[in-house]
Amino acid sequence: MKPKVLLENKQLEVTLTRLCHQLIEVHNDFSNSVIIGLQPRGIYLAHRLQKILQDILKTKHIHCGDLDTTFYRDDFRKKELIPNRTSIDFIIEDKNVILIDDVLFTGRTIRAGLDAMLAFGRPKDVELLVLVDRRFKRHLPIQAKYSGLTIDSIDTQNVKVEWKETDGKDRVTLIDK
Amino acid sequence: MSHLSVNHLLGIKYITKQDIELILDTATNFKEVINRPIKKVPSLRDITVANLFFENSTRTRLSFELAQKRLSADVVNFSASSSSVKKGETLVDTVNNILAMKVDMVVMRHANPGAAVFLSKKVNARIVNAGDGAHEHPTQALLDAFSMREKLGDLKGKKIAIVGDILHSRVALSNIFCLQKLGAEVKVCGPTTLIPKYIESLGVKVESDLRKALEWCDVANMLRIQLERQDIKFFPSLREYTMLYGLNKELLDSLSKKIIIMHPGPINRGVEITSDVADSDQSIILDQVENGVAVRMAVMFLLAGRQ
Repeated sequence: MKPKVLLENKQLEVTLTRLCHQLIEVHNDFSNSVIIGLQPRGIYLAHRLQKILQDILKTKHIHCGDLDTTFYRDDFRKKELIPNRTSIDFIIEDKNVILIDDVLFTGRTIRAGLDAMLAFGRPKDVELLVLVDRRFKRHLPIQAKYSGLTIDSIDTQNVKVEWKETDGKDRVTLIDK
Repeated sequence: MSHLSVNHLLGIKYITKQDIELILDTATNFKEVINRPIKKVPSLRDITVANLFFENSTRTRLSFELAQKRLSADVVNFSASSSSVKKGETLVDTVNNILAMKVDMVVMRHANPGAAVFLSKKVNARIVNAGDGAHEHPTQALLDAFSMREKLGDLKGKKIAIVGDILHSRVALSNIFCLQKLGAEVKVCGPTTLIPKYIESLGVKVESDLRKALEWCDVANMLRIQLERQDIKFFPSLREYTMLYGLNKELLDSLSKKIIIMHPGPINRGVEITSDVADSDQSIILDQVENGVAVRMAVMFLLAGRQ
């Protein structure tokens, strides 16, 4: 079956800008808030949002970190996992943290991400932002506070998120495995 | 490549270049972990590891134990001096008894070369060789390569001199295999009596003059004289050895370039290396120790990850 395009170029841009405005509604000038993207694919969304937020708020001081969850996963003996870089060069103690990933599916990555994040301190508050929320597919009681797009999909489908930085184009597609 | 080609780490000889690179890359991630405020990850929380040390060790044993604890593994320790080995139990019996208590991984140091290989054929657990006689000490070679890579980048074409008691050194042999697989050139230097007769067949060069070896190399790995393994006298006196093969500050400063000094420990200060060299800014001896924990975490993480 032909891949179904869910979001593309301008549409995706509008969605990202909307997410940023939603964040600003809650976090004002981000003076006590930080964003953390989950490796391997959430970091591109996190850095994109950081850039848009900085443009809107006319500041250069929004902290954005990359967090790898490999060592915290519960399925590392079920499949081979390669760790990625973690770089969080700011303090998360007593901060409002916004965890960011591209797709929310079973919730297991987010669970691992929450554990991994706690190794860096005790945040005041943690929120979850995802670009695509695959509804009704959760294995764990985890929900996103902000989501770009909510879809109904079946297990044999995959959501693919592509970014200009790595894949040459901004696009979200639904494909059959 | 995202997994090792082997089920056990028995020696560098048995693993591929891709394996080495995978371990070193994973170790980079673990080095970041052990510099966090909370230095522990839960990856191996369902794994029990037995540390079997049939030979004395401080650094390696502590390093393995720390690595296991930072991976959240359960650890049992065993040392030959306080065990039933003294009562005449065989190696396989000792290990099988420990495995009967449901242990998943065994880290072993033993005085007999090949002990780890032997064990891997007899028992059903992942084996990590922490030194077997004068044969191999793979994790030391990996952490040495990791430390060199940190300072020099890619090791392809780099020149490494291994100086001292090559004959009795498992560190030398593992280092030679590891560095050659990574594309580095290796030269060994020491008194002729302490150089194995057929070492050149491994593709390493032999140099008997310390100054020439140091002028040639980018890194000098200074080894300890292993008096406990020497049953006969290999050189007239320690003082003479120090005069010819000891590295002191004057010699180091007189070289035409700044080289990196390594030592696998324990150091005999004033014999193979003087205190001012060991503590100088060219020495990365303590970096090696720090990296040892990260590299051992990577090895155990990757072995445990294999189905």
